[in-house]
Amino acid sequence: MQSSLMRRLSVVDLYLWAFRIVVLVVVVWGMIGTIMARRYPGEVWIDFVVYGLSQGSIYALIALGYTMVYGILRMINFAHGEVFMSGAYTAYFVAAAFGRSGYLDRNPVVSLLVVLAVAMITSTAIAVLLERVAYRPLRGSPRLVPLIAAIGASFFLQYAFRGFFGSGFQAYPETQVLKGTWAIAGISILRTQAVVLVAAVLMMLGLYAFVMRTKTGTAMRAVSEDREAAALMGIDVDRAIVIAFAVGASMAGAAGFLYALVFKQVHFFMGFIPGIKAFTAAVLGGIGNIPGAMLGGLFLGIFESAGPILFLDGLGIVAPYQLKDVIAFTMLVMVLIFRPSGIMGERLVVKKA
Amino acid sequence: MERAPVSRYRRPWIAAVQKGLLCGGVAVFLALVGMVETFAGRQIIVGVFSLGLALPVLTAVVAGYQGSQRQAGGVRGAPVVRGALAGAAVGAVVSALVVLGNLVNMRSMFVSASPAMFAALSFGRGTSGIPLVLLGAAAVGAVGAAASFLSAGVRRPLVTALAWTLGVGLFQELLQILLHAEGARSAVRELLFIEDGLSIRGATIVFALSWGSSTVWARRGGAVRQWHGRLPAPRQRVLRLGSLGGAVALLLLVPLAAGPFISQVLVLVGLFALLGLGLNVVVGFAGLLDLGYVAFFAIGAYTLGLLTSVGEYGIVGLSFWAAVPVAVAVSLVAGVLLGVPVLGIRGDYLAIATLGFGEIIRILVLSDFLRPWLGGSQGVLGIPKPMIGGFEFRGPEQLFYLTLVSCALVIFVAMRLRDSRLGRAWMAVREDEDVAEAMGINLVNVKLMAFAMGAAFGGLSGAIFAVMVGSVFPHSFQLLISINVLSLIIVGGMGSMPGVIVGSLFLVGLPELLREFAEYRFLIYGAALVLMMQLRPEGLWPAEALKRELHASEEVGAAAGPEDLAASDRRGGG
Repeated sequence: MQSSLMRRLSVVDLYLWAFRIVVLVVVVWGMIGTIMARRYPGEVWIDFVVYGLSQGSIYALIALGYTMVYGILRMINFAHGEVFMSGAYTAYFVAAAFGRSGYLDRNPVVSLLVVLAVAMITSTAIAVLLERVAYRPLRGSPRLVPLIAAIGASFFLQYAFRGFFGSGFQAYPETQVLKGTWAIAGISILRTQAVVLVAAVLMMLGLYAFVMRTKTGTAMRAVSEDREAAALMGIDVDRAIVIAFAVGASMAGAAGFLYALVFKQVHFFMGFIPGIKAFTAAVLGGIGNIPGAMLGGLFLGIFESAGPILFLDGLGIVAPYQLKDVIAFTMLVMVLIFRPSGIMGERLVVKKA
Repeated sequence: MERAPVSRYRRPWIAAVQKGLLCGGVAVFLALVGMVETFAGRQIIVGVFSLGLALPVLTAVVAGYQGSQRQAGGVRGAPVVRGALAGAAVGAVVSALVVLGNLVNMRSMFVSASPAMFAALSFGRGTSGIPLVLLGAAAVGAVGAAASFLSAGVRRPLVTALAWTLGVGLFQELLQILLHAEGARSAVRELLFIEDGLSIRGATIVFALSWGSSTVWARRGGAVRQWHGRLPAPRQRVLRLGSLGGAVALLLLVPLAAGPFISQVLVLVGLFALLGLGLNVVVGFAGLLDLGYVAFFAIGAYTLGLLTSVGEYGIVGLSFWAAVPVAVAVSLVAGVLLGVPVLGIRGDYLAIATLGFGEIIRILVLSDFLRPWLGGSQGVLGIPKPMIGGFEFRGPEQLFYLTLVSCALVIFVAMRLRDSRLGRAWMAVREDEDVAEAMGINLVNVKLMAFAMGAAFGGLSGAIFAVMVGSVFPHSFQLLISINVLSLIIVGGMGSMPGVIVGSLFLVGLPELLREFAEYRFLIYGAALVLMMQLRPEGLWPAEALKRELHASEEVGAAAGPEDLAASDRRGGG
C-alpha cells in the first residue's frame, strides 16, 4: 500500500528520503564526533551495553505481551503498560511487607521468588479480567473500537491505582544481598542488573518452550495463524486468546518486579513510557514474532543506553540524556514508517490495518 | 457459548444475588478508589444526602433493577423480592468492607481507607451500623426493582424530578452565584439553599415543581408538538431561528451575569471544543486516529508566545491579531510535515506513530538542548493580552467572547469542509481506503488536508490558550491533553460537531464545576471510553451517517420485528 502511494507522488518520496538522510547524517556525524573526541574510554561503553541489556531485557519481557496479543487478535493492547505497572506495585507491597518483618534479608532467595510469583499472579489476574470485561465484547467490531477501549482501560487502570495507593512515588525496599557489584569475566556488573538479566532470559526461554513445545502453545500459534481454520480444527479460540493475554501479562508482571528491583520505586504512571518502548521493541522485532520481540527489546535497550552519548554528544548537544526517549520514539516512528514488518523481517500481512 | 444454557435455567434468585455481589464489588471499588470519601463533602441536601452517599445508593438501585429483570426461561419470582435480595447483597459486600476495615488497618495500603470513608459507608456507626446498611440497601434495591414495572407515565416524571433535584443540589454553587443578587433572585436563593446545599425545603420544592411540570408535559407535550407540527413551514423556521437567536443572546450574556469563575470554565470548555473540532476533522471525518494531537496545540501556543512575548524569549513583539494567523499557518505546515511520513501507515499503527511524534515534540521542547530558544521547562513568559482599540481582553469574561467567536468560525469552516467535495472524500477514506483510492480519490492530498486542517484548528486553540494563561510551559502539553480531546470526541460522537460541544461540556465543564470530579477525571474518562465502545460506539450525539451505519442491522430488525408479528397476528385472527 505504501509503495503504490510513493510511485505516484515523488514529492512524498523525496520527503521520506530526506527524512532518512537527515537521520542518517545526524547519527553518523554524531558518532564520528563522539569517537573523535575520545572522551569516553572503553569501560564506559561496556557499562552502557550491560545497562542496556538489563534495561532491554525488561522491555523484551513486556514486549512479549504486546506481540502475543497482536499476533492473535491484531489489536494493540494499549493497557499492557498498566499490567506491567500493576506487577511492580504488587511487588512493592509484598516486598515492603517482607522488608518490615526482616524476612527479605534473612531469606532473600525465597522472598524474592515469592514477590515475583505474586507480582506475576496479580498482573495475570488483571489482564484476564481486562480481556473479559473490556475487550471480549468488542470482538469483531471495527478496528479502532478495541484500540480506543484499550486506551480507556489504560487510563482507567492508571487512575484506579492512583486512587487506591496515592499519587506519590513508593520506595521499593532494598535487598542487602543485591547491593554492590559482581565481577564477571573482568567486567563489574551491578548485582541487580545481573539478576534482572538472568531472570529475564530464563523467563523468555520458558515462554519460548511453552509456545513452541506444549499443546496449548501450538493451539495459540494456530489461532494467530488463522482463527477460523483453528476453530474448525477444534481449538477453543476464546481459551487461546485468554491464555495469550495471561501469559503475556505474567511476563509483564515479572518485568514489573524486575523494574522495581532496579529502579527501586513504583508510581502509578510508571507503565506508560516502558509500555510504549516495549511496543517499539515488539514492532522492531516484527510484531507477532516472539524471538523478534526479545531481540527487539535487547536492541532497543542498548540503543537507548548508548545512543544519547554515541549519537548526540558528538553534535555538541547539552544534556543528551534528556533526549533518550526522543531516540526511542524516533526509532519507533521510523520503524513504523519504513519497515512496519520489523527488522527480523517476519511478513505479517497488515491487510486493512 | 456453551455456558449459556446453564445460566438460562439458573434460579433467578441466584442470578439476583450474583448481580448484587457484582454491584457490591463496584461500590467497594468506588469506596477504595476514594470517590465516596471525596464526594461526601459535596452536599446535595444539607445534612441528609451527599454525593458520596449517592454512589453506593446508586449501585444498590442498579443492582435491584438488574436483579429484578426476568430472565428468559427462568422461573417467575416476585421481582421486588429479588431486587431487595440484590440490594442486600450490595449491602453485604459493603458491610464486609466495613468489618475488614475494622479488623485490619487498610490504610497502609489503600490511602482512601480512612475512618471518614468507613463512617460514610456505615452511617457513622462503624460495625454496629451493619444491620442498617443491609436493611437500607435491601430497601433501595426493592425501590430499584419497583421502578422497572411502574408504567412509563409514572416513572418518567419521577425520574425527571429526582434528576432535577440531584442536579440542582450538585450545581448549587453555580446557581448560588447566578442568584447572588438583591431582590427576587436573592429571595429564590434563600428559599432553596442553606449554606452549601439544598435545604430540605428547597429539595421538596424542586422535586415537586419538576415532578408537576414533567407530569403536565407527559400529558400535554404531545399537543404542543402537534401544534408546532401543524404550523406552516415558514413559521416553524421563524420559531427555530428565534430560539437559536435567543440561545446565542443568552450565551453572549453569560459572562456578564455569571462572573469570572464560570466564564473561565466556559473559556476552557471552548478551548477544548476547538481542539475537539480540529481532532474531529482528523479522527471523525477522515478516520485517522491521531494520538499526538497535542503537538499542534503546543506548536500554536509556542508560536504565538514567541511572536508576541515581551519577555526574554520574545522575538518580534507582534500584536495578538498579527500573530494568530502566523501561529495557525505554522501549525498547518507542521501538520503537513508530520503528516507526510505517516501517510502510508494505517489504523492502530498510525495512532502509535502520532503518539511518538507528540512525545518527541514535548521532550524536545522540555530539553536543555532547545532551552536558549524555547525556554526549557520555565517556558515563555510575558504574553500580553489581546486588544481591540481600547478594549483589552483582560480576564476570562472578555476572553470568553474571543473563544466563542473562534468556535463559531471553526464550526462554520468545519461544516463547510464536511459538506464539500473534500469532506465526502474524507468520509470515503474513513470507510475504506482501498475503495476510495479505486474511486479516484487522491489519498495523499486528502489525508494531508485532514492533517493540515486539524493541525490548524489545534494551533488556533493553542494560540488562545497561550494568551489565556499569559505564558507557555511544556508541562501544559502532556499526552493527557490528547487523551482528553479524544475522549470528548468519542463521548460526544465521532464525526459529530454538536457532539464535540456536548462532549466538552460534559468532560471539561463538569470536572471544573464539580471540583471533586476533577481528581477522578481520567478515571471517569477511561471508564467512559470503555463503556462507550461497548454500549454506544456512536456517541451521545451521533453524526447521522455513523448512527445509520452502526445501527443499520438493529433498525432493520426492530422495524421488521413488530410489523411481522402484527402481520402474523392479523393472519391468525383473520
